Amino acid sequence: MTTHTLLQLALRSAAVGYVSLLILFPLAAIAHQSFIGGIDHFIEDISTPQASSALVLTLEAAFLTTVINALFGTLSAIVLVRYEFPGRWFLNALVDLPFAIPTLVTGLMIAAIYGPTTILGMWLQEGNITLLYAKPGIVLAMLFVTMPFTIRSLQPVLMELEREHEEAAFSLGASPWTTFWKVTVPSVLPGLLTGVFLTFVRALGEFGSIVIVAGNIPMKTQVASVYVYGEIESYNPQGATSVSVFILLISFLVLVLLERLTRPPGERMPRWFRWSKPPLPMIHPSEIG
Amino acid sequence: MMRRLFIGSVWFYFALLLIGPILYLAVQSFDEGIAAFWREVTKPEALHGFMLTLEITAIVLVMNLVFGTITALVLVRQHFAGRTVLSGVIDLPFSVSPVIAGFMLILLFGPETILGTFFGTLGVKVLFAMPAMVLATLFATFPFVVRELTPLLQTIGTDTEEAARTLGANEWQVFLKVTLPMLRWGFVYGATLTVARAIGEFGAVLVVSGNILMLTQTATLHIYQSYVDFNYVGANAVALTLLAVSFAILTVLELAKAKSAAIVTSAN
Repeated sequence: MTTHTLLQLALRSAAVGYVSLLILFPLAAIAHQSFIGGIDHFIEDISTPQASSALVLTLEAAFLTTVINALFGTLSAIVLVRYEFPGRWFLNALVDLPFAIPTLVTGLMIAAIYGPTTILGMWLQEGNITLLYAKPGIVLAMLFVTMPFTIRSLQPVLMELEREHEEAAFSLGASPWTTFWKVTVPSVLPGLLTGVFLTFVRALGEFGSIVIVAGNIPMKTQVASVYVYGEIESYNPQGATSVSVFILLISFLVLVLLERLTRPPGERMPRWFRWSKPPLPMIHPSEIG
Repeated sequence: MMRRLFIGSVWFYFALLLIGPILYLAVQSFDEGIAAFWREVTKPEALHGFMLTLEITAIVLVMNLVFGTITALVLVRQHFAGRTVLSGVIDLPFSVSPVIAGFMLILLFGPETILGTFFGTLGVKVLFAMPAMVLATLFATFPFVVRELTPLLQTIGTDTEEAARTLGANEWQVFLKVTLPMLRWGFVYGATLTVARAIGEFGAVLVVSGNILMLTQTATLHIYQSYVDFNYVGANAVALTLLAVSFAILTVLELAKAKSAAIVTSAN
């Protein structure tokens, strides 16, 4: 055995060992805890009134967040890619901000500006709209933390799909409708799906911002992650395990589905991380000098 | 007409969700004057929180750079059974809620488990102490460096390294003088994301730390405690400090993007 293969083997063992210790062991611990309880306990735990209403609220809010994010994310991506307007650079730089801001700080910001003591809060109150300690506040917090996903997964695709492509199809006699369905949609779909699915998974697990804005009233504004936190604090590992496992299963299923839907044949690396790739063509070579 | 409507709604969306809340937090933090802001930020509890966050972030950054590089190299350069599984497992932390991540560590290191008993007899306190807080942050941030490096490693290939070897460089020289420099913008990007996430980590750390004042209370935990204790000025002041750090991080990200874009453009 040469030193080169020895070195390779050492590196491989280090990588596999580290990942197992850091990621697989903790997952195995929760799976084990869940097996101790058995399937009957699992169903019993997630169907208690408090747990089931937390799960339903979380799924509902995450779904609503995903829909709004998909709509405004797509619109934002199109505007940021296609239009030249004052402040474009500024908005484009801001998109990444939710990844850099601690989620707890997000919660504080939303609570401060949409709370009952501000002008905005009072104005909303006159219209009988409560944001804080209610479902809209939860959706707002989820929207904030997931904002970059759709925009950042669509931007690179939209840049590749230059307007010329559509114009080519159009000049070859395709109607605007056909152009949209046959050219635009198929090339944009994988990016959109990635953004949408990641948004949903991220929203399901959100904790830091929601714990501040939701008020966490059991059966009313308590989401699943806050419920799990409560169970841990009150020394009920079984209840915490069942709800955690339920959320984990949904998240993993969604990601597996995403992988199946977006992976081109022959590609082996997961593409979930696409959003973090820098959207290169935004900077024109002339601007760099 | 459509154009103006679109641009207008995007500005509106950004203002409502991002710009408004950020500006308002800045105003709120100085609600009782600069003196109050300064008092809150320099309180012993707050300073301790900042220091602890800094320590955890430093440890996590070093660990992620070392093991992230190794894992990325193994993933891209080596072919072995289970490589696809390894690749899939790396992304899992992104889909795990921070509270659940912390809870998993409690289940793993609790006093009644094998690992918990083992560390207990050694006299090492894992839960409600530094080790668990570092582990929780490592779990949340592990994918960043790996996922920045893998596409870069795929793009650059091994030609340059082979050339260096032919010219007589040993493995260590090849790695230090050829591979690492080519990966530098990936490192910058991955490290920045790691730092941002490590500073902001809350849910997982809250669960495993016990949130003990002046002992295991990080900056985010201190904000939470101040908020729960109705000390809004204190919470906002420390939050604004972290927000300033976020802006610094964002600036680094933008610069890294511009630089790496320049490299790609000149390569084409």
